[in-house]
Amino acid sequence: MKQSLQRIVALAIKELLAVLKDRKSRIVLVVPPILQLIVFGYAATFDLNDIPVAVYNEDRSAPSRELVSHILGSPHFHLYAEIDHDGQIAPLINNKAVLGVVHIGPRFSADLLQGLAPRVQVVIDGRNSNTALLMQGYLRGIVRDFNLAWARRSGRPPPAAYLQVRPWFNSNLVSRWFIVPGIVGLLTLVITTIVTALSVAREREAGTFDQLLVTPMRPVEILIGKSFPGVLIGAIEGTFILLMAIYWFDVPLRGSLGALYTGMFMFLLSAVGIGLMISSLAVTQQQGMLGAFLFLVPAVILSGFATPIANMPDAVQLLTYVNPLRYFLIILRGVFLEGDTADILFHYYWPMAVIALVTLSLAGWLFRHRLN
Amino acid sequence: MNSPAAMRMRLRGMIRKESLQILRDPSSIAIAFVLPVILLLLFGFGVSLDAKNIRLALVVEQPDTRTASLTGAFRGSDFFATVSFNSIQEAEQALTEHHVDGILWLRNDFSSRLLDGGNAPIGVFVNGVDANQARITEGYIQGVWQLWLASYAREQGSALPVSVELEPRIWFNAALRSRNFLVPGLIAVIMTLTGAMLTSMVVAREWERGTMESLMVTPIRIWEIIVGKLLPYFVLGMGGMLLSVAMALWVFEVPLRGSFWVLTAVSALFMMVALGMGLLISTVARNQFVAGQIALVATFLPAFILSGFIFQISSMPAPIQVVTHIVPARYFVAILQTLFAAGNIWPVILANSAALLLMMVIFLGVARRKTRKRLD
Repeated sequence: MKQSLQRIVALAIKELLAVLKDRKSRIVLVVPPILQLIVFGYAATFDLNDIPVAVYNEDRSAPSRELVSHILGSPHFHLYAEIDHDGQIAPLINNKAVLGVVHIGPRFSADLLQGLAPRVQVVIDGRNSNTALLMQGYLRGIVRDFNLAWARRSGRPPPAAYLQVRPWFNSNLVSRWFIVPGIVGLLTLVITTIVTALSVAREREAGTFDQLLVTPMRPVEILIGKSFPGVLIGAIEGTFILLMAIYWFDVPLRGSLGALYTGMFMFLLSAVGIGLMISSLAVTQQQGMLGAFLFLVPAVILSGFATPIANMPDAVQLLTYVNPLRYFLIILRGVFLEGDTADILFHYYWPMAVIALVTLSLAGWLFRHRLN
Repeated sequence: MNSPAAMRMRLRGMIRKESLQILRDPSSIAIAFVLPVILLLLFGFGVSLDAKNIRLALVVEQPDTRTASLTGAFRGSDFFATVSFNSIQEAEQALTEHHVDGILWLRNDFSSRLLDGGNAPIGVFVNGVDANQARITEGYIQGVWQLWLASYAREQGSALPVSVELEPRIWFNAALRSRNFLVPGLIAVIMTLTGAMLTSMVVAREWERGTMESLMVTPIRIWEIIVGKLLPYFVLGMGGMLLSVAMALWVFEVPLRGSFWVLTAVSALFMMVALGMGLLISTVARNQFVAGQIALVATFLPAFILSGFIFQISSMPAPIQVVTHIVPARYFVAILQTLFAAGNIWPVILANSAALLLMMVIFLGVARRKTRKRLD
């Protein structure tokens, strides 16, 4: 038992050195995640800020100016240009100078005063349909507020019923609060996978893996020793990114850290398991790297990181059940925003434990049984 | 030695060597053809921002015909899958446990307030964790509410309060089908990956195996090595690219409004940029482990997050917008989304192509310099 522990410790130290002894390897493990966290944390937002729009106001009256100032006064839009004829709309939109043109017709205020419902046309660039949809939503909100204010001032009755919308967990709907906890999971996965995916392949290519197999080490011991650097480096960097999310990006942490770390540990084990399995299957480092890519890219895109899993077709949704990132993202967002505790998250822990168990066992089996 | 004939011979030899290497190790062919097909299929179907079947809890504390007409409007909408709850507590519990995405709550005084001068509140709770989806949900709820208001006013025989109506005209994608912009964007992401993966290992491999030195002692020139290494992978990469475009057109039925030849030309340019980036990584790293890591870090995630493929660049903070300019996929995404949705809009195509051309020159130029320097 004691000997076994000694062997594992020796291998773990050797593995850690293999990753960290090279200066370039150290740099690629530390610098990119920090840079990515900061850049992506700010970049990955669905909120529209300062969207350039053009205004074509044919009715230069007080009410139409008021509506325009409502639109331009919101943080979502800024005025790119005022235009004065139809022909100017197409080039502005086509060349992406603006994402929308607000067109107020000449009879706007006359209609409004006479009690006819005036129409305000907005031309929206639909190339990015999500942006178009959100823009439409923002504009609807602005027009609704304008209408309410107008009705109040002109002494008309209010609408029969109104919506009292209250978003839970994220009352201002800041999309950064959704994305930054996601980045914690994303970067932890990337780091752990690249640390482990080449660890066996490198030794196979160099021929030292056969030597390792003829030592008294048992496959289980090799497995633990090889898992160690991935789990350790993943946990350290994961913690660092977590601290950045809390203190740099000010995402509220409402749940229990214990629940979060239980999830992170399961997640690291499953990521290491997948990385080692890929590595044991590969004969060359290039194949190992290819395998890591082939796992990481779908794992990220089909995790619910940016686009909801509920929108995916059923067949693809089934596939996401074997993706550890799927569960970790739910845990991260649950603990951060919804204040979840370990008992609520139990459903998301055990699938990762199963993935870890299966992949680690397969990796250990493949150490000796990989067919050439 | 410097005669054109000798140069042609050396180049041909180099291309032949690389092509043989490609044919002997099927992993390159897999990267070029199988990878794009699988990824595009998976993501084309998997990545969607169109919210549908939003699970909405309905809580009506005192049901009558008026509340029935409002809840009926939600039941009839394609965007919502409604579930009725007896009390707001049960509905809140369901929202906490992720069984529903939102709650519509009509309190017991809803109908009386509706009759008594109007302005009856409709309580709406949405799960705001995914802010984007919450906003889309809110938008759909507002749409149903407005339709109901109009029909309610008609039934009561009272005119709708005078109000400004918004008349949105969505150009290029009137149905707001998110696949139409996501699939072209995915092609850019996938091609960045494919291009860089194809070449990021090839030079590093030669350094690691020591065959780079052997190459160096031959009369071959640096740029001949570069061209010789790039050309076979270019052919492979373009094959994968055409396959992806074909899938976008016929599998995902994304309309192509621009010209196919412009698309091909721009794709070829982008493929050179992606391959050049891989080559540069390979040259700088000289070690397959480091090259692989850099390729992973420098290509996939930036192309995914910073290219405008899914997150709007103009909404990012100014310093981040500056950073996006060094992501080649940014330019390709802009061209692809325009070519597919809008057509041959030359100002967009030319400006972005010029940027791609510049990046190609920089990548290949630096790769060439680095190779020479390290030899001295």
